[in-house]
Amino acid sequence: MQPDPEHPNSEKSKTRQSSDPALDQAAIEPDLAATPIAAPEVPPPPIAATFAAALPTNTVAPEIGAADNTADRHAQGQLLTGRAARLSVVSLSPVQLAWRRLRKNRLAVAGGWILIVLYGMALLAPFIAPYGFASQDSEASFRPPMRIRFTPVATAFRVTSSFNQYHERIFGEDKTKPIRLRLFARGEPYRLLWLLPTNIHLFGAIGSERVYILGTDQFGRDYFSRLLYAAQISLSVGLIGIAITFALGLIVGGISGFYGGLTDDIIMRACEVVMSVPDFYLLLALAATLPPNLSPAVAFIMIIIILSFVGWAGMARIIRGMVLSVREREYVEAARALGVSDARIIFRHILPSTFTFAIVAATLTIPVYILAEASLSFLGLGIRDPMPSWGNMLSAAQNLATLEGRLWILTPGIMIFITTLAFNFLGDGLRDAFDPKSK
Amino acid sequence: MLRFILRRLIQMIPLILGITFISFVVMKMAPGDFLSQMSSNPQVNPETLARLRHNFGLDKPWWLQYLIWLKNVVKGDFGYSFSYHLPVFTLIGQYVFATLLLATTALIISWVVALPFGIFAATHKNGTIDKIASFLAFSFISAPSFFVALLALILAQKTGWFPVGGMQSANYSSLSAWGKFMDVARHLPLPALVLGTRSVSTIMRQMRGNLLDVLGENFILAARARGLPERKVIVKHAVRNAINPLITIFGYQLSGLLAGAALIEIVMGWPGLGFLLLEAVRSQDLYVAMGSFVMGGVLLILGNLIADILLAVTDPRIKYS
Repeated sequence: MQPDPEHPNSEKSKTRQSSDPALDQAAIEPDLAATPIAAPEVPPPPIAATFAAALPTNTVAPEIGAADNTADRHAQGQLLTGRAARLSVVSLSPVQLAWRRLRKNRLAVAGGWILIVLYGMALLAPFIAPYGFASQDSEASFRPPMRIRFTPVATAFRVTSSFNQYHERIFGEDKTKPIRLRLFARGEPYRLLWLLPTNIHLFGAIGSERVYILGTDQFGRDYFSRLLYAAQISLSVGLIGIAITFALGLIVGGISGFYGGLTDDIIMRACEVVMSVPDFYLLLALAATLPPNLSPAVAFIMIIIILSFVGWAGMARIIRGMVLSVREREYVEAARALGVSDARIIFRHILPSTFTFAIVAATLTIPVYILAEASLSFLGLGIRDPMPSWGNMLSAAQNLATLEGRLWILTPGIMIFITTLAFNFLGDGLRDAFDPKSK
Repeated sequence: MLRFILRRLIQMIPLILGITFISFVVMKMAPGDFLSQMSSNPQVNPETLARLRHNFGLDKPWWLQYLIWLKNVVKGDFGYSFSYHLPVFTLIGQYVFATLLLATTALIISWVVALPFGIFAATHKNGTIDKIASFLAFSFISAPSFFVALLALILAQKTGWFPVGGMQSANYSSLSAWGKFMDVARHLPLPALVLGTRSVSTIMRQMRGNLLDVLGENFILAARARGLPERKVIVKHAVRNAINPLITIFGYQLSGLLAGAALIEIVMGWPGLGFLLLEAVRSQDLYVAMGSFVMGGVLLILGNLIADILLAVTDPRIKYS
């Protein structure tokens, strides 16, 4: 089957459509849901899309369908008005159409921008942070955030700590010693983007005084700086974790779907066993097996491996289902009949049809990984001191007495919340945008 | 139907075997064992240690330990807790009960809250409340549960409305039966609420989507055309049809709640399975960890089974032969 030469996108359109059954399948069977770690906690797929397939549709053919097929397009030519008419003339690719739909979804766009800012902050953490993540000030344990005054010049004051007659901790300002602040202050040396050696930070205190705009932790480390460095850890855990899960899922699911038979049976039973263990139980048990004297860097890698290990089974099952359904598609059969090589079939026909699924699943799974890492680190089983992660920064809050009057300790929780919210907004928007049945 | 359930129960056996194997391997991956913490203590005689290790069966190769454990389990003996000095079976019972209590309460809360909101959101599509509800739904899903649990504890501490964590007050054992019941009932709402909020958003969005689908159907148009009052159309015709697919979520939600409960149990000090598992894993109390791990898996499988049965009962299109 040759693609219609007049419509260079027609072939793509078909591959695009072919991924829907797989997506729908994932949506219908909750145990196959796109998120391996906490399936029931993920926003449910739009049911409208799920059931539209099962019910006889009485709605007007969607725009993509119209742009897809020349005959249909002519037949429905008069029906299309406004944007639809313009679209059918311009004949956009499915990705372009999805992009258009995505840009109209305000929440998804906001989520995307928030993520760009967050990842940008993580990349530039050493520059934005006035201090290193391990840099301690032994006299400033649990200092609250300093108030910064901008008139006439940027100044802050040392915070003093004392107790009132009720033995409640109260903080005051030591007005005798103002701390002058400036932009692009010189401080600890670092390498910008791991390349450029410099010692200029976005802002800092002049002289030997230190400024804490978000307070300090129990060791007198600047909370703001640690928050930024923690973003590097927490945000990369999701990305690397999902990459490993996808790789594992693709290999295992691909083998299972491709070979079928006994291999398929054995692999699928193994997947079911892994999926029958409550995810967090497995995470907990695995993380607890890490020896306590592991270096923070190794612990970081091990945590990512553990997260991916828990997630691979669900991914493998979904990919197997997709391989099975795509393998039987007519365009694959047609390609095979034309004598196209296996490699080309896999890379040109099967993989592209899984592309949109991969994007959506990844966007919705990354926050699950971030949450899992934060939870483990919070319990002291994940990222280890002095390496900061949003989870282990919060672990000081486990003791409510420590938290009393020191609410700035909770800021990493807000960062986790913003990050996962942004991912969920973007993921939900992407799913709607890639769904040709959505209006 | 009975045959289907029976077959599914038989299929559970290899699955559970697999879970026991995984949990044993994971537990054995940890360096040392329960007794290695003692061995650093100079007061403990190495000979005593060796004898204890022999008594606990920890000196045998790991696969033999596994097989012995498995043999005992078949006989109904789930092993002995090193640190509690209790048979695992007796020990685990109350923890399973606590987890089930927490999960089912959360389940009920989530449905009671989510259904009316979902219906309202669908009937007032794109209205202010719909938009707020969908935003809140996203927020609940995105908020880290341990963080919400933490905030709930702070709230409890500041206001005194709820006890700060735990399942029982300090004087629990001296209370009468009714007093014990009320004491647990006072401790239960906060963790159940924290656990339930996440599923609220799932069920609400699902209900909204289903109802919107059903409202577009012809029979709704017909009902309206016959002049039925809108209230009756919604309640009698639309909601009944929209709620059907939701029933299957029920079972899966139960298993999801069991897994999700672990973290909240740990943070809020609720003595459930997750709480026990973390403690056992930390102190390398091998058989307790195995027991809670396997129990968690069994509960999850049972949840899935319930979901499948409910699906079979409610959806006549699905045939189980």
